[in-house]
Amino acid sequence: MITKRIIPCLDVKDGRVVKGINFTGLKEISSPVELAKYYSENGADELVFYDITASSDGRKIFTDILCETAKNVFIPLTVGGGINSLDDFDRVLKCGADKVSVNSGALKNPDLIGSAAKLYGNQCVVLSVDIKRVNGVFTVFAKGGRENTGLDAIEWIKRGVDDGAGEIVVNSIDTDGVKNGFDIPMLKAVCDAVNVPVIASGGAGKVDDFITLFKTLPKVDAGLAASVFHFGEIKIKDLKIQMQENGICVRL
Amino acid sequence: MTVIIDYGVGNLFSLLSSFAAIGEKAKVSSDKNEIENADRILLPGVGAFSDAAYKLETSGLKNALYSAAEKGVPIMGVCLGMQLLFDKSYEYGEYQGLGFISGEIRPISDFIPKDLKIPHIGWNKLNVIKQHPLLKYTGNNDFAYFVHSYCAVDCKNSVLATTEYGAELTAVVAKANVMGCQFHPEKSGESGLKILKAFCELKRGDL
Repeated sequence: MITKRIIPCLDVKDGRVVKGINFTGLKEISSPVELAKYYSENGADELVFYDITASSDGRKIFTDILCETAKNVFIPLTVGGGINSLDDFDRVLKCGADKVSVNSGALKNPDLIGSAAKLYGNQCVVLSVDIKRVNGVFTVFAKGGRENTGLDAIEWIKRGVDDGAGEIVVNSIDTDGVKNGFDIPMLKAVCDAVNVPVIASGGAGKVDDFITLFKTLPKVDAGLAASVFHFGEIKIKDLKIQMQENGICVRL
Repeated sequence: MTVIIDYGVGNLFSLLSSFAAIGEKAKVSSDKNEIENADRILLPGVGAFSDAAYKLETSGLKNALYSAAEKGVPIMGVCLGMQLLFDKSYEYGEYQGLGFISGEIRPISDFIPKDLKIPHIGWNKLNVIKQHPLLKYTGNNDFAYFVHSYCAVDCKNSVLATTEYGAELTAVVAKANVMGCQFHPEKSGESGLKILKAFCELKRGDL
């Protein structure tokens, strides 16, 4: 049977890995190349590389770093951040990305998912959505969680899957950085709405948070986190051993 | 030297990096001479069967592959590259494959319970059912990374390993000097690199 995936996310700015707490107050961590190699060799099932630079100079540094990283990583590599066009897909796929994650780019250009899926296959297109409750409604936010789009998140995700998104990353702004567990009600609403892999993001603080996630919502395929892995608060091998002891299928 | 066939399909960057990681020489080529005279050939592939089959045919690389196969050059297909080795596929129609291995490509959804997600995407265990030089370093229950919506069926005795996803799906096949992996060895961590290493140890006429 297919295993639940554990995915460290590397936010990359100016060639370094950073992690924001509630999307602000960036703190530098380490070299993305070294960190990615370390994760690849120490039990991560997949890596997400997120480009959080805004300038074109930053883009160039990012793609160089991505190439260097991909040379040393033999697990699936998803790249996101600044993906607004098919040219952006092409740029990162040529640097060794296996999947491309779209977020604000799909909001600006709703045809992006469909055209990318047609060209590269559904398996290549990941729809990443930043979601926050607004008056009790799961609402899509853009620009790194700063801008309320007013869109109903569940409708947006359903549409993305219809257009060809092969996986969904659900990033709960409400639980991000709080380290008090994943957003189970939000994830359940997404799992009930679509039948493609769902990746949970935002809120992991301890091993039990992952166990609760997969035990409560068996339809969730993967758990994504950043700082708890980068700072060594959770070792991926230990996490997976404890998941296995709790009857969750993992790759060990 | 292993030649990775470039016919405009697939993630060649990762394959090249994997060969470099295990210290094996590999090059990407779409040159018929280089392909026919390769020590071994890797046929990659991502996307739709019909599109890939069309590109192999129109580029003339299909004939180069037939000629290399006849000379005993070890050939390995990966993912869609493996599916192309079979007689035909029913992905969005009915299309002829290379016909190296008996069998056909059918939707996974025909064989598994409805509540399982398609594509079959993620890490799954290999169940080795037949020993083969390609799997000399592979242990039973090694994990491999799969991404596919179609699978090879009616492969008779060419199946070397399967994986369980609501049904026993074909994971590794071989017939004489032609072999294939449904999963991505270049994305399957150590267990994938071990398969590429075993492949690189195969020489012309070994199988």
